[in-house]
Amino acid sequence: MAMSQIKPALVAVPGSDIAVSTRNITKFYGYVEALRDLSLEFPRGQLTSLLGPSGCGKTTLLKIIGGLLEPTSGEVEVNGQTVTGPGPDRAFVFQDFALLPWASVMRNVAFGLEMRGVGRSEREDIAARYIKEVGLAGFEKAYPHQLSGGMRQRVGLARALSVDAQVLLMDEPFSAVDEQTRRKFQEDLLSLVQNENKTFIFVTHSIEEAVYVSDQIAILLPRPSRVSEIIRPSNFREKGVDNIRRDPEYLDIVDQIWSSLRSYVE
Amino acid sequence: MTVFGYRLPGMSSLLIWGLLWEVVGQLDLTFFIPALSEVISTLFTVIQTSAFQVALAETAYAFLAGVFFAIVIGIPIGILMGKNRLIDEMLLPWVNVFLSAPLTALVPVLMVLFGFGMKSIIITTTLFAIWIIILNARAGVKQINRSLVEMARSFGASPVDAFTKIYFWAALPEILGGVRIGVIRAVKGVIIGQLLISIVGFGALFELYSANFLMSHFWAVLIVLFALAFTISEFLAYLERRVSYYAAKR
Ligand SMILES: Nc1ncnc2c1ncn2[C@@H]1O[C@H](COP(=O)(O)OP(=O)(O)O)[C@@H](O)[C@H]1O
Ligand SMILES: [Mg+2]
Repeated sequence: MAMSQIKPALVAVPGSDIAVSTRNITKFYGYVEALRDLSLEFPRGQLTSLLGPSGCGKTTLLKIIGGLLEPTSGEVEVNGQTVTGPGPDRAFVFQDFALLPWASVMRNVAFGLEMRGVGRSEREDIAARYIKEVGLAGFEKAYPHQLSGGMRQRVGLARALSVDAQVLLMDEPFSAVDEQTRRKFQEDLLSLVQNENKTFIFVTHSIEEAVYVSDQIAILLPRPSRVSEIIRPSNFREKGVDNIRRDPEYLDIVDQIWSSLRSYVE
Repeated sequence: MTVFGYRLPGMSSLLIWGLLWEVVGQLDLTFFIPALSEVISTLFTVIQTSAFQVALAETAYAFLAGVFFAIVIGIPIGILMGKNRLIDEMLLPWVNVFLSAPLTALVPVLMVLFGFGMKSIIITTTLFAIWIIILNARAGVKQINRSLVEMARSFGASPVDAFTKIYFWAALPEILGGVRIGVIRAVKGVIIGQLLISIVGFGALFELYSANFLMSHFWAVLIVLFALAFTISEFLAYLERRVSYYAAKR
């Protein structure tokens, strides 16, 4: 099967371009052990998917990386610094968008900058740029309830992009939008990964989605969750977004992941 | 209301009740009910008297001060209760007790504690209004979307930011609902306080009118008070509708 083990660049400078690493993370909710001894590395400038069935702890891991939850034991490093809480080096995109319903698109997109103490005119300039970039120009004054699900998630994405964090944490960002919009999103995400020099950590429960957008896929198995497999698709990404879904390697990887996950479904 | 297929404007039923009042008054059945026309003409003379204006000013002062304290104390307490389990468990039983308690019975105690004056009336007004304001602010915070709080935290919001930029606004529809009911209760509080203490504001005025059997004066002042209370309540309902666009979509 045409899958590279590790990219040559990674071998050349070991460790130095790992943007985020989690070490021996264990997380208990009361007596429920959600994560057990989970270690994983996220290469800089790449998109890593966390893939696994519902309830296997993907959100938990993402929130621990984001500093929103504390692990019971183990630690997270971002750029060599141990995470103790949320920080400007990471930005979140939420599954349910988490937009302020009482605020306009402009204020929502600028909210991250507002929290970081950026002055009003400056943050609105920056926000306007990202509103345009996600394709919402003209909707600056609209309110979230006037937008479709897909447009709302674009607002959430613009908000995360505008704080210019190096690491983007995305929790099933496309699961609440319709199928067509979702495909468009996936294409946009690919070009985003190419154009922005950011590290993306992307949670999904869709095998196709993970294979389509990822440089690296970490497959998590149900509770207590640990990484069962790391897959690095290599060849089909250069063939252009239109051809990925027909590529033999793409189809092989989808099949392979399904066969390792199917025993955990039901 | 529709009559013979015509839609009548809102509150036109009041005309019928007014007419009934006028007829009963003209029949001179009891001195207690003077004709409406007499009451209204008295109303215009009464509101020009300085006794009325002083009473109105004193009442407005007590009312506004009482409502002010109920709001600035009640809303933060309610938000804190909604956010913090421990504070909630400490305070909730008391809030519920006072919400349903017959507060009128407390007024004599307040008079003993705070004297026969403005201070007792203001405190009475606050006590009437504050509990429902607390409960509603608490309910508003309880239903807040957790991911909004996490979102704010993930972008580095300080606790003060979270309080003023997330919790307050997320709970605003409930808070305004609580303030509206609280204000209506405050009208009761300020009048009951004055009636029981009866040396200031409308309490003194009512005392004067009833001692002298000035029934149309009495009714005139009542109409003014009812109209004021109704206007305040409608204004707050209007504010509530202004934020309802997001109340359903949080
Ligand atoms: N706040 C919580 N309290 C108790 N258990 C939780 C909590 N959050 C998540 N869990 C449990 O931890 C497990 C992992 O949850 P989660 O990280 O949300 O999974 P995923 O995102 O993969 O669906 C689930 O079994 C869930 O029931
Ligand atoms: Mg999840």
